[in-house]
Formats: sequence, C-alpha cells, structure tokens
Amino acid sequence: MCSAVLLIAAIALAGAVHAQAAANDPPHVPDTLKQRIASCTACHGERGEGTPDSGFFPRLAGKPAGYLARQLKDFQDGLRKYGPMEYTTRYLTPAYMREIAEYFAAQEVPYARSPMPRIAADALKRGEELATKGDPSRQIPPCAACHGTQLTGVQPDVPGLVGLPYDYLSSQLGSWRTRTRATVAPDCMAEIANRLSVDDISAVSAWLAGRELPADMHAQPAGSITPPLHCGVLSAEARP
Amino acid sequence: MKIFRIGFAVVVLAGLGVAGWLFLRGGQPSVPRSASQVDAAALKDPALIAKGAYLTLVGDCASCHTGQGGARFAGGRVVGTPFGDIPAPNLTPDRETGLGEWSFEAFRQALHDGVDRNGQFLYPAFPYTSYTKVSREDALAIFAYLQSLAPVHQAAKQPGLGFPYNVRNTLKAWRALYFREGEYVADDTKSPEWNRGAYLVQGLGHCNECHVERDAFGGMRSDQSLSGGQIPVQNWYAPDLSTQANGGLAGWSAQDIVDLLKTGQSAKGTAFGPMAEVVSRSTQHMNEADLKAVATYLQSLPARPRVSYQPSPLDTKPILDQGAKVYAERCADCHGRQGEGVAGVYPPLRGNSSVNEPTGINAIRVVLLGGFAPATQGNPRPYSMPPFAQQLNDSDVAAVVTYIRQSWGNDAPLVQERDVIKYRHTPID
Repeated sequence: MCSAVLLIAAIALAGAVHAQAAANDPPHVPDTLKQRIASCTACHGERGEGTPDSGFFPRLAGKPAGYLARQLKDFQDGLRKYGPMEYTTRYLTPAYMREIAEYFAAQEVPYARSPMPRIAADALKRGEELATKGDPSRQIPPCAACHGTQLTGVQPDVPGLVGLPYDYLSSQLGSWRTRTRATVAPDCMAEIANRLSVDDISAVSAWLAGRELPADMHAQPAGSITPPLHCGVLSAEARP
Repeated sequence: MKIFRIGFAVVVLAGLGVAGWLFLRGGQPSVPRSASQVDAAALKDPALIAKGAYLTLVGDCASCHTGQGGARFAGGRVVGTPFGDIPAPNLTPDRETGLGEWSFEAFRQALHDGVDRNGQFLYPAFPYTSYTKVSREDALAIFAYLQSLAPVHQAAKQPGLGFPYNVRNTLKAWRALYFREGEYVADDTKSPEWNRGAYLVQGLGHCNECHVERDAFGGMRSDQSLSGGQIPVQNWYAPDLSTQANGGLAGWSAQDIVDLLKTGQSAKGTAFGPMAEVVSRSTQHMNEADLKAVATYLQSLPARPRVSYQPSPLDTKPILDQGAKVYAERCADCHGRQGEGVAGVYPPLRGNSSVNEPTGINAIRVVLLGGFAPATQGNPRPYSMPPFAQQLNDSDVAAVVTYIRQSWGNDAPLVQERDVIKYRHTPID
C-alpha cells in the first residue's frame, strides 16, 4: 500500500517535472525546408495550396519549378511589383529560391473550384476561341500554343492555366498591361496581354477558370511545344 | 516637421544671401583625366584592382549604385531623403554617363570632399561625411577597380528635389554645419586592430550614416557616434552599437558581432530590413581580420547613460494581458515562452536591441512583414518569420509588441495602435 502511494507520488512528481521542463525548454524546431519557409506558407499554405476562394494568394502547388523560381527572381528584381513579395525575396540567393520553387512544384494538391463571375454565353465562347484558336486578325496566339494542349503547363517554365481562379487569371493579365507584372525581355505575355481587349481578358479568364479539369493536371514534358513568339523566359540563358 | 522645413528654408535662404556675397562658386573643379598625376598603367595592376573590389564590398558601394535588377555599379537606385529623391549615379567607366572621363584626382575629390569633378557640391545622400576618412591609397584601389568594370551606358536620373534644396550651393551652409573633411588619423594609444576597426566603421563602412539620429536638417551630431537613430524615409531604427552598459548591444561578445556581420545571425539577434541588405551585399564578404577589428572597436564604445522612460499614463495591464495571449498563440513556438529564441535558428527577443530600441518601429514592422534572415555563405538556407499583417489587427500588433518590449527584463515604452497604423503602410523600400 505504502509503496503504491510512493509510486503514484513518484509518477506524479515525474510528470510535474516533465511538464515544468516542457514549459521552459527551448522550442523544438524541425530542420525542414517547410519550417524554414514559414514566411511563404503563412499566405500560400503549407503545401502551396493558396486561397482558391478569394484567389488573392496564388496557388503554387504543382506549378513548374522553373516558372516558380523565375517569379521569385522577378519579384527580387522588381519586374513584378508587390511590396510584400519584393521584401520577402530581397536577400535570397538563386540556389535557395530554386530549392523553394522545387518544394512547391513537387506538392500534389487537388484543385479546388473557385467562384465564377456571371458571364454571358457568347463571352465564354469568345474565351474558348481565344484559348484554343487565338485571334489571328489581332496576332493573338492561342493559350494552348504555349501552355500545353490541355492547358496544364509545360515543363520547366510554363505554368498551367486551368484550375486557377478567375480573379487570379484576370488580374495577372491586367497587371501585364499596367506593368506591375513583367519578366525578362522579350516579355511575350506582356505583348499578348496588350493585344487583348478588356472584354477578352474577362472572357478568356472565365473560360479557363470554369473549364472541366483534365484527369492529369501535370505539366506536359519539356520540349513538347514550339512557342509562336520568342519569349525571354524560355531561353536557357535567362534561367535563374 | 513642416515647421522645421520652413525654418530650414529660411536658414538656407539667409545662407544663400551670405553665400552669394562671400563666395559665388561652389567647390573647385578637379583636374581632367588627361592631366592626372596617376599613371594609367598603374591602375591596371591586378593586385590593386582586387584590393579595390574588396573595398567596394566593405563600403557597400553597389547597394546604392545598382538599380533593382540592374547592372552592377551602373547606378539607378533612388535614395529617398526627407528633402527629396536622390538617384545614385553610374560608377562604371562609361565615357558619357559614368566615370569614363574622370581622373583619379576627381574621384578622390568626390569621395574626400563631396565635390564632383566640375566643382559642384554633392548631396550628402552620398556619405562623403564618412568617406572623407578613407585613405588616398584605398581610394586609388577603389578607383582602379571601378575603372576595370565593363562600361554600361546608363544616364542617372535628375534628383527629385524642390527649391531650395535643388540649389547645390545651399550645401555650403550644410557643409559648414555638418561636414568635417579629413582622413582617419590613427590613435597611437590604441592597438592596430582597434584602429583598423575604427577606420572601417567611421570611414568606408559608413555605419554612422544610419546608426546616428539625424536632425531636422538631415545632419548628424558629431558627438553621438553610433548611438542609434531612426533612418529617415526608410523608417527603420538603427540601434545603438555600444556593447557597454545600457548600450544597444550590451552583452554582445566580439564573436556575436562577427557572427551577425558574417552570417546575418548571431546568438543575440538577426539582421533584417536595411541591415539584412548590408550583411548580404557587404559585411558577409569581409575577411575575418576586418570583422574582428570592427568588433574590437565597437566593444570599446563607451557605456551610455541609462535612458529613463516616462511611465505610461495608460493602464497597461489589459494591453499586456492581450499581448501575452497573442504571444503564446503566435510567437512562443519559435521565440520561446521566455523570449529566449532558438540558437542558430530564431533570434531571442529577451535583451534584443531591436526589440528594446526606443521607437518600437523595428518590432512593429517585423511583426507585420515577417521575412527571411539574409541568405549568406554562412547561412545559405535561412529560417523565416511569417508576416502577420494579414492575420493580426492593429490592436493585437500593438499589444504583442508592447508585451515583448516589457517582458523578461526588456524595458522599453509601450507602442499604440496609431503607431501600428502608421507603419502598416510604410513602403518597404
């Protein structure tokens, strides 16, 4: 009996000491890239899932690594203008940015549907036409010419377009026109965005955002497209 | 601030009258390149060029003289001041837009006297107030290196200054108040290492340009070396660098200083904001001997009189309780319950100079912006802090910052919501 009480007391004491130690122990920090990049994941999500409901913090998961590394570099160089991202990337090295890009590129996250704008049927049709056939009269190539036959992107530098929110897609096309988004010259997306009308931007963004997702959302293999324009981001020497 | 500016304008106008009467001209034009006493072949010496390359890193010249994403040393970055924007010019040897037509004598005059080759006064956004201490020998090496660069054709923008600041001769008055020309003079009572550190800190390193409070005229008080100050326009606080009693770096060892400058982090704190840039572009490239010399000098800075803050008339208990709650939820997992940090990973907040600095700006802005420690050779994959701008409202930020400034022996004034509102929208550059 006595020894049982002692044992219980000893266990309780040990527990208390343990709890005391936990309160005063320095925090345990895992040595992982995920832990290191809390600055990224606070907004973009632990696996780069973004905020599909609002479209405000873009999805990063599964986008090609070359593309993501390029965006980090473009923020660092001030080609893409967004204060918090310029601040966050400012003192990172190309090697570290590449590692971070690869982390998010490797994440397999299901695509969530995002809110769709109310848009007329003929506008959607115009959107489909732009995405799949382009508008030769205004020298607008189809999206699919660069972004892949299924519009899921092409390794290693071209992002997919399907599965992204309307607000994200339309604001990116808009920011190429307002020069808050740019990349190494020749910046072919800036050229194309400036050939689109405001209605075209809504139309193509809505069609892309509403499109049924293909079974395989992975980017097409490298070298599987021949871009119709000369794009700085696709040249090997421009690669960050 | 406005009243100071009007006051300054009056002083300057009076100064202009006097200047017009006393001296109609600015500085003296320097010798043209063709008449230089320096042998052009001597400037091609690889050892001299290599020395110059190192010294430009120590001086962090490329930071201002390189535009964001632009060619190195080709100029283009705009230095914001309370008086207007001053673009840093092109230092590559381009004949039209750079230093291609400059003689060494002209370059030395700019560095040492703050006067360009045509005799125009330079704006002290170019820190000749510190660079004047650079030896002629070191200036020659820097010039040799800059002349060895590939020329880049890129004209500097015009300064964005209104009257009277756009009249360069008004600088005559400013210079009379704030500029003492003269090379560093060694103190024979101190060790060579101390003297090397003093030379680097006061001269090329131009630490005082941020780490001293500037007055309404943008001048630095010469009796307040490295005592800390708010950086105008950028709105960060550069802490007091004394390691003695009541200094901002009280308790820092020489090794802590070397670690921070070499890797961007130390056992006592991590570089962020403008200091992250200094580490990234400058100090991480300094050699061990120079870093140790800097530490030796900083450790000799005098003890400071203790700052006594007025106790707040507010009841701080509810603010501290709110702050403690936010801290436990958002901060303690990384910075520890007692603000002790994690060695080599997350900085301690207890005794941290940027937590305890007088204004609270640094802690407020770090909470809002988060960010990475600078990636350096010594810390190539830094940990980072999440930005809380989207997650915490002004009241919570003020509370948690007040809590960390008044816990675990930290003793700094509380911050209020209005301070957070002010810095929430401060541009990041």
